[in-house]
Amino acid sequence: MSKVHVTTRVNGDPVEFLCTPEQTLVDVLRDTLDRTGTKEGCSTGDCGACSVLLNGRLVCACLVLAVESEGAEVTTIEGIATEEGLHPIQEKFLEHAALQCGICTPGFIVATKALLDKHPEPDEETIRYWLAGNLCRCTGYDKIIRAVQDAATTLAHEA
Amino acid sequence: MAEATEFKAIGTRPVRPDGVDKVTGRAQFGADLNLPNMLYGKVLRSPHAHARIRRIDLDAARAMPGVHAVVSGADFPGAQHGEIGGEGGGDVADVAKNVMARDKVLYHGHPLAAVAATSQAIAEAALAAIEVEYEVLTPVLDLEAAMAPDAVLVNENCFTKNLPEPAEKPSNIASVMTLARGNVDEGFELADVIVEGEYRIPMAHQGYIEPHACTATVNESGQATVWTCTQGHFALRTQTANILDMSVADLKFIASEIGGGFGGKTVVYLEPVAVMLSTQARRPVKMVMSREEVFRASGPAAGSCAKIRVGAKKDGTITAATAWLAYEAGAFEGAPMGPGAMCVFAPYDLENFRVEGFDVLVNKPKVAAYRAPGAPQSMHAMESALDDLARELNMDPIDLRLKNAVAEGSQAAYGPKFPAIGFRECLEAAKAHPNYQKPVPEGAGRGVAAGFWFNAGMESSAEVHINEDGTVQIIEGSPDIGGSRASMALMAAETLGVPYEKIRVLVGDTEASGFNNVTGGSRTTFATGMAVIQACEDIIAQCKDRAAKTWGVDADQVEWEDGQAIPAPGVNAELKPLTLAEIMKTAARTGGPILGRAALNARGPGAGFSVNFGDLKVDRETGKVDVLSFTAIQDAGKAIHPAYVEGQMQGGAVQGLGWALNEEYIFDGNGVLENPGFLDYRIPVASDMPMIDTQIIEVPNPSHPFGVRGVGETPIVAPLAVAANAVRDAIGRRVHDLPLSPPNVLAAIEEG
Amino acid sequence: MRYEAPSSSKEAAKLLASAKGKAVVLAGGTDLLVRMKSGAVEPDLIVDIKRIGATQEIKKSGNGFKIGAGVSGARLGKHRALKKAWPGVVEATNLIGSDQIQGRCTMAGNLCNASPAADSVPAMVAANAKANVVGPGGRRTVAVEKIPTGPGKTSLKKGEIIESITLPAKAPRSGDAYLRFIPRTEMDIAVVSAGVNLTLDSKGVVKKARVALGAVAPTVLLVEDAAKAIVGTKLDDDALAALAAACEAACRPIDDMRGTIEFRTEVAGVLARRAALTAYERAGGKK
Repeated sequence: MSKVHVTTRVNGDPVEFLCTPEQTLVDVLRDTLDRTGTKEGCSTGDCGACSVLLNGRLVCACLVLAVESEGAEVTTIEGIATEEGLHPIQEKFLEHAALQCGICTPGFIVATKALLDKHPEPDEETIRYWLAGNLCRCTGYDKIIRAVQDAATTLAHEA
Repeated sequence: MAEATEFKAIGTRPVRPDGVDKVTGRAQFGADLNLPNMLYGKVLRSPHAHARIRRIDLDAARAMPGVHAVVSGADFPGAQHGEIGGEGGGDVADVAKNVMARDKVLYHGHPLAAVAATSQAIAEAALAAIEVEYEVLTPVLDLEAAMAPDAVLVNENCFTKNLPEPAEKPSNIASVMTLARGNVDEGFELADVIVEGEYRIPMAHQGYIEPHACTATVNESGQATVWTCTQGHFALRTQTANILDMSVADLKFIASEIGGGFGGKTVVYLEPVAVMLSTQARRPVKMVMSREEVFRASGPAAGSCAKIRVGAKKDGTITAATAWLAYEAGAFEGAPMGPGAMCVFAPYDLENFRVEGFDVLVNKPKVAAYRAPGAPQSMHAMESALDDLARELNMDPIDLRLKNAVAEGSQAAYGPKFPAIGFRECLEAAKAHPNYQKPVPEGAGRGVAAGFWFNAGMESSAEVHINEDGTVQIIEGSPDIGGSRASMALMAAETLGVPYEKIRVLVGDTEASGFNNVTGGSRTTFATGMAVIQACEDIIAQCKDRAAKTWGVDADQVEWEDGQAIPAPGVNAELKPLTLAEIMKTAARTGGPILGRAALNARGPGAGFSVNFGDLKVDRETGKVDVLSFTAIQDAGKAIHPAYVEGQMQGGAVQGLGWALNEEYIFDGNGVLENPGFLDYRIPVASDMPMIDTQIIEVPNPSHPFGVRGVGETPIVAPLAVAANAVRDAIGRRVHDLPLSPPNVLAAIEEG
Repeated sequence: MRYEAPSSSKEAAKLLASAKGKAVVLAGGTDLLVRMKSGAVEPDLIVDIKRIGATQEIKKSGNGFKIGAGVSGARLGKHRALKKAWPGVVEATNLIGSDQIQGRCTMAGNLCNASPAADSVPAMVAANAKANVVGPGGRRTVAVEKIPTGPGKTSLKKGEIIESITLPAKAPRSGDAYLRFIPRTEMDIAVVSAGVNLTLDSKGVVKKARVALGAVAPTVLLVEDAAKAIVGTKLDDDALAALAAACEAACRPIDDMRGTIEFRTEVAGVLARRAALTAYERAGGKK
């Protein structure tokens, strides 16, 4: 099977890779580009562990063909913290103990970033429905929701 | 000790030591390791739930370019029977056959061959090239069919254990047990009211988000290194060694970060296979389960049938209780019949009771531990029956439980006398809780239930190294599944009197750390924590000795306070205290590096009790159940890091509610799991749940220096009956079986 | 396997028509990639239609709205005029999967996947939506209910793609609504669903109605008897009961792990009733 050449940007960096047409973006991110911060929990779009931003829009990287990222901008968990340090969402997840095992955490943080970019002041219901595509089996969601609420408040003050 | 103490570090909520790596994507989980020259391993799984393997032909697969190893059951040594320790449980030979079938496949998804190839695509093609001839047998798919006198046998060599007389013919009932006290017939005669019911719960899965994954590399001298996501790398090393007939010295197991386990990552599935493949290929082999493989062929929780009968006097005093508990073990013995039977009446002080347990083989995956294994199933039945009893007696359900609750000195139904426990405190806290005082919302019902788990002790080791600048390195061997590094650091900070920020915690591999049993049984903070505390005490003793040498005084003239050696009161008052850093500066002269250690088998884990209640609303036209509010109250003994204790309570509550409401293994008539994915195996999502209110009760465990009790497992127990009792309250009828899925609830509403 | 991302519908049709082996259209990919992963489909050619300009537009005109086949649920949900005119259709599409899925999934893909449980389809059928099909033989317009012919099967011929979907202009005093039943609050496939589109007269009497049910037959059903049961009424209790009864009578569901025949049949009536009340209110009707 011949491979396709793809040029894209990952967290702002220009990136080129070869992939087969059926390879998914999560496979290429993890296995070809060594960005293993994006996790794979189901490969069917049901758990959200592989959440990334594709041209600013929240998607499951397991439901995107790698070839579709040609010319796109991909943001992964590795691109959330900045030169100044952790993103406030990351800080709040730590402060609120919003992670136990941590496998779902990268996906939650990327999804939360997308949420707060779109709805800077979400109420609890909006947060819960927005994050319904991210499964967490450890926390019962309580502390995650509180971390997101606190991050929203912090970001609103910064803005 | 365990009297009320002022703590400095314990009880605070610092950021966990591994936190930053886990919010930035740096932390390495099971599937995150890629090695140079690595191959991809894949497993061929049975398409039948029950079949004899007539022939396997691996030649075509072996001949394919890019395929470097192909193995089947015949390549594995015949494992000897023997007990596998720890929460994983079971017989070594059974686990060996579960990892790779020999003559028979016993469930749909049972592994029977594996390959390693240069790409996943080639590995999949190689699996397709393996030819297998099966003699398909009738599958045994439920408890009734399995326990019937003329049942098809899952295992022709299974003779029921623990019968009064040895079994004469084979059966699907692998073992039975009985627990009894007093005379139940007399007890029921004294009863004014008797309630009874039969309750069924289907198999459910732990639902950890990270699939099983491991990478193995074996060198030419037979030394193997295995990276794996597990609750216990020492336990998996032992299991792998037994299955492959290797010395543990030739197996180095490294625990990656672990993406959830809940009991399901205490046994081997891939590891021995990866070692075999790597041995054959002489290259590293990585194996990662798909989500579908996880559901079909890891270790779900046992399905169950429970029959309960409880009699009581008008004042609520229980006069007698009986429980008949059958658990589906899956394809090999080892259902959690024992703990289920021991927990069912544990919260109550009963004079007359009888519990019968059955461990039953069926052609489904071999069950594994799932958070308080066995207890949610049996206690759902008992706590539902008590709810019925409270209604019959017109008593508040908390008052009924208070009337019969065990306390310090009570003889537990499972044997020992309870030391200090917090059950009554939990019940009283529930009764006084503002959420319990609130009226039940319109259209909703309220359910109350209690939960219990013994908690475990077992083996742990820890070392504490003092770095040259006085900072502290802890090395232990319990995988951190929910913040245990933070707990270890807090207990060390408290013991040594140094700030939390100066402490680092390593979960060492099997070559770097002393033996630690699995992170399971709610034992880690209790037992590994105790090892850390003792290792810190060892450090303190050595530091006092070093200070004495420095000062030229006797060691008994030195005391330890706030992280410093100080002169004992009244003598040598002119001496300046020595901090850890100062002691380390001169350590080379006073005896060299300072290293503390402890290895123990922790006793007296301290039973964990809980009381939960919640308001659930039922849509009477569709049967849909919504959780409006939920309150979890639990005795933690002493909460080391309260946020992670609350997290255990909240997470367990939601797992229990998921099991109660929508989670179930659905098999077709051929024993094929119909819902092997998160789409139709419906674990709760964020929008399904309210905030989970928590209240931590602290009745210190007398066996632990800080009073710790395990907290990980009790939280899943009560929510099943809370949901069932709330739905009963809302619709006026009891739905005995779980899940309380809309079709089941709607059917119950319409019968009424 | 080959991947192509043509820039015109004509080119896409040509690629698909001339393909040897299995050729599939990729829009949002939220169904296709899952089916590829499970081995249910092993395509030789994937034609990604998202680089075709017409598939990316939402166009409003006197005749209604034309929604490109590549427009994601997330984009649809942000279109104010469309949401105002066809709230039921937009809500139905926005119910598909999570926000992650919404970033990719499309109405046209949901239609072509031909699941009887597809969320957007009963709403589109109730709305009288049309699919604009481009193929080797040119263009044609088809009522959406004529596209799926059974689970996983469509009436599209080799080489044909849906370029866009047209929703008619909103009639005065009209309103639509969609409801589905799922055991959780999100992330499930509809166990049963109902889309209702009503037009009222000036007195609040239902003048026209379209009622569609999902997951109760091999394809989404347009239930004419259910419409008849409420035309000429103000959705009084008797009319609602007749509506529910007509829906129940039309159901031909299966028993599966997601729901039983009895459950689906009964809840179809419940949802149709509830959706009709919402549609009535949106049409300006007062109860």
